Amino acid sequence: MKIPLIYNARSVLQRPVSTAFTALGIALVVAVFIGMLALGNGLRAALSRTGSDRNVLVLRRGADSELASGIARDAVSILAASPHVATGPDGRPLLSPEVYVLIPLPRPSDTTAVANVVVRGISEQAWTVRTNVQLIAGARPQSGRSEVCVGRKLLGRFDHLSIGATLRFAGRDWNVVCHFSAGGSAFESEIWGENEQFMPVFRGQVFQSVTFRLRDPASFDEAKRTLESDQRLTVDAHRESTFYAEQVGILGIMLRVLAFGITGIMAVGAIFGAVNTMYAAVASRTPEIAVLLTLGFHPRSVLASFLVESVLIAGVGGVVGALLALPINGIVTSTTNWSSFSEIAFSFRVTPGLLLSGVVFAIVMGVLGGFFPARRAANLPVIQALRA
Amino acid sequence: MKYFPLVLANLGRHKIRTVLTIASVTLALFLFASLRTVVTTLHANSQFGSARRLVSTNATGIVFVLPIAYANKIRALPGVESVSWANWFGARYGDSKQFFAQFAVDAESYLAMYPEIGLPEDQKQAFFQERTAAIIGRRLVDRYGWKVGQNVTLQGTIFPGDWTFTIRGVYTPTDPALGDDVLFFHHEYFDERLGHAGIAGWFIVQIRDPASAATIAKTIDDQFRNSSAATKTGTEQAFQAGFATMLGNVSLLMGTIGTAVVFAILLVTANAMMMSARERTGEVAVMKTIGFSDRTLFGLVISEAGLIAGAGAVLGLGAAKAFYRAINFNGFGFLPGFNITTGTLVMGLGIALLLMLASGLVPAARAARLPIVQALRRVE
Repeated sequence: MKIPLIYNARSVLQRPVSTAFTALGIALVVAVFIGMLALGNGLRAALSRTGSDRNVLVLRRGADSELASGIARDAVSILAASPHVATGPDGRPLLSPEVYVLIPLPRPSDTTAVANVVVRGISEQAWTVRTNVQLIAGARPQSGRSEVCVGRKLLGRFDHLSIGATLRFAGRDWNVVCHFSAGGSAFESEIWGENEQFMPVFRGQVFQSVTFRLRDPASFDEAKRTLESDQRLTVDAHRESTFYAEQVGILGIMLRVLAFGITGIMAVGAIFGAVNTMYAAVASRTPEIAVLLTLGFHPRSVLASFLVESVLIAGVGGVVGALLALPINGIVTSTTNWSSFSEIAFSFRVTPGLLLSGVVFAIVMGVLGGFFPARRAANLPVIQALRA
Repeated sequence: MKYFPLVLANLGRHKIRTVLTIASVTLALFLFASLRTVVTTLHANSQFGSARRLVSTNATGIVFVLPIAYANKIRALPGVESVSWANWFGARYGDSKQFFAQFAVDAESYLAMYPEIGLPEDQKQAFFQERTAAIIGRRLVDRYGWKVGQNVTLQGTIFPGDWTFTIRGVYTPTDPALGDDVLFFHHEYFDERLGHAGIAGWFIVQIRDPASAATIAKTIDDQFRNSSAATKTGTEQAFQAGFATMLGNVSLLMGTIGTAVVFAILLVTANAMMMSARERTGEVAVMKTIGFSDRTLFGLVISEAGLIAGAGAVLGLGAAKAFYRAINFNGFGFLPGFNITTGTLVMGLGIALLLMLASGLVPAARAARLPIVQALRRVE
């Protein structure tokens, strides 16, 4: 026979302060857990959304970032002639040779600090090759002019980025003519302009990367093999989506280690709290438990009942923790992507799955914290307990 | 003090509860010390640099280089003692493409300018005399088992190809912020392999008088303002601080988590203290009847809380100090010189004190103020 839940609910309310403290302790652990994973999720999401499965990113052989790479003009023409490159409606190859550099932009909050922001010189085709990129205001930079388009995530974090403003870098003035979004990806932390405009003012007659659309999305392996074995080229071909996703690199590992390390240690502390509370609950209700056992409730039911009580407290804590963590969703933060040495802005991402895992985490803490006290309750010797 | 055994006996009554509460405090202070040290280490590293060293970089951005010929022009400026230069190399090691920092440096001037690179004299000479020689930090010896005299091949990323260096020395940094996982090699060799490109990533300028740093920095930048590559010169500290800000708002993150940790544990301890106090209502009444003063009872409860918080603090802070030293932690290379400072330890003890007051005051005051008659009535 099962002991009704209402018994647990009423017992819990008998000790409101103690219960609230325990639940709040668990809530804080869950909030930190969700918060830190949301940070890692946000970074991972920004990078993994950057590339497309259908695109190939070509870098110089051995280069592990666009920054370290260099591709000459003649190599670009060879690539453009490759049969693996898709063609647009106008018959031109969907291929964008790009200049990729970092420029220091002063932070408005602290004039001495600068952030390294990506400036990407693109070809006209880039807007077609990269399907996730969309203009949200203004018109595309025109060929031959000193005009740039600014990613959405940069807005508000740096000065002189509104449309019509003049941005100064590389010893020249650039007019901001548009803003673009890119599905929350790392591109939104970049400034785009025409490659032929950027090339002379930055690193001379060399591109850093070439991105093209595959004619047949399934033919990546073949395209990679052909390009990498071409004697005229010394390049590596990467699937664009994989390349950017891998840029999470060491930062992703660090965030994960931090999230699980910190919340793991905190969780142990919170479990200890739950154990204390439940032992106290068992101790103060010894006669009650004895009565239950005398009435014929099976020890297993008593065990289950106390476990349920612990899980109830932890579950409430978990829900409160999830609610505490919810407001951070969408908050934009930034860090340096160490693979490319550039600043990347991204949003905390609290997903329903993450909230659920926070609550599950709380319930696990409740089960672990409640088990030993519940077992003690179930094993109480009835006669002595009744006397207590 | 004579009541110490009594406090101990009280703690021993619920051994599990006492142990678990102390363990919670231990974990909390371990975490606190770890998080706080991330912040202090970042801060210490952002302060690295001599006031007599300036750094000149390309004004267009960190990925752009400067002509090496600038060195002579800078050296000729008044107030400048010496000039050195370096390049970021960014190669990988081994099949798993492991990463650590490498710099191509103008060996003699660089080592003269950085006494922080502690290197035995004979190794220094051996390094100077061989074009393809390199010196490495102690951590790389531990990590890869490299030995002096060994050849090491790295795969270039920015500068393609295989690069083989002969290890001629192992340095120990006298300032931990310098990092003990760097490989330094000859800029001459670097330049030669690049077909005498004559590029320097940045110049380090040693000046005679720190007070003239701003003036000299301006003079340097003015000199190259209209050249092909304009410079941006500042103190070495500002250069380092710039890297520290790149990580983003770490102190806010660590501070928020630290507060949550401390608060969560406060709840656990306060809860435990209140529970034990509640159970002892009758007992306290009896003690009062036989003549224990209110003040003594207050002291007894507060000392119990203090003992729990204190024991947890000593264990947690001690464990953190010993743990990070034992594993020689450097935060994946981001936090060289990770060491728990005395300031952090003192703050940890302060938190323990706060914990004692917050968890002990209410039960202690309740015990002291307990009306004997009513309380005794509850005792059967």
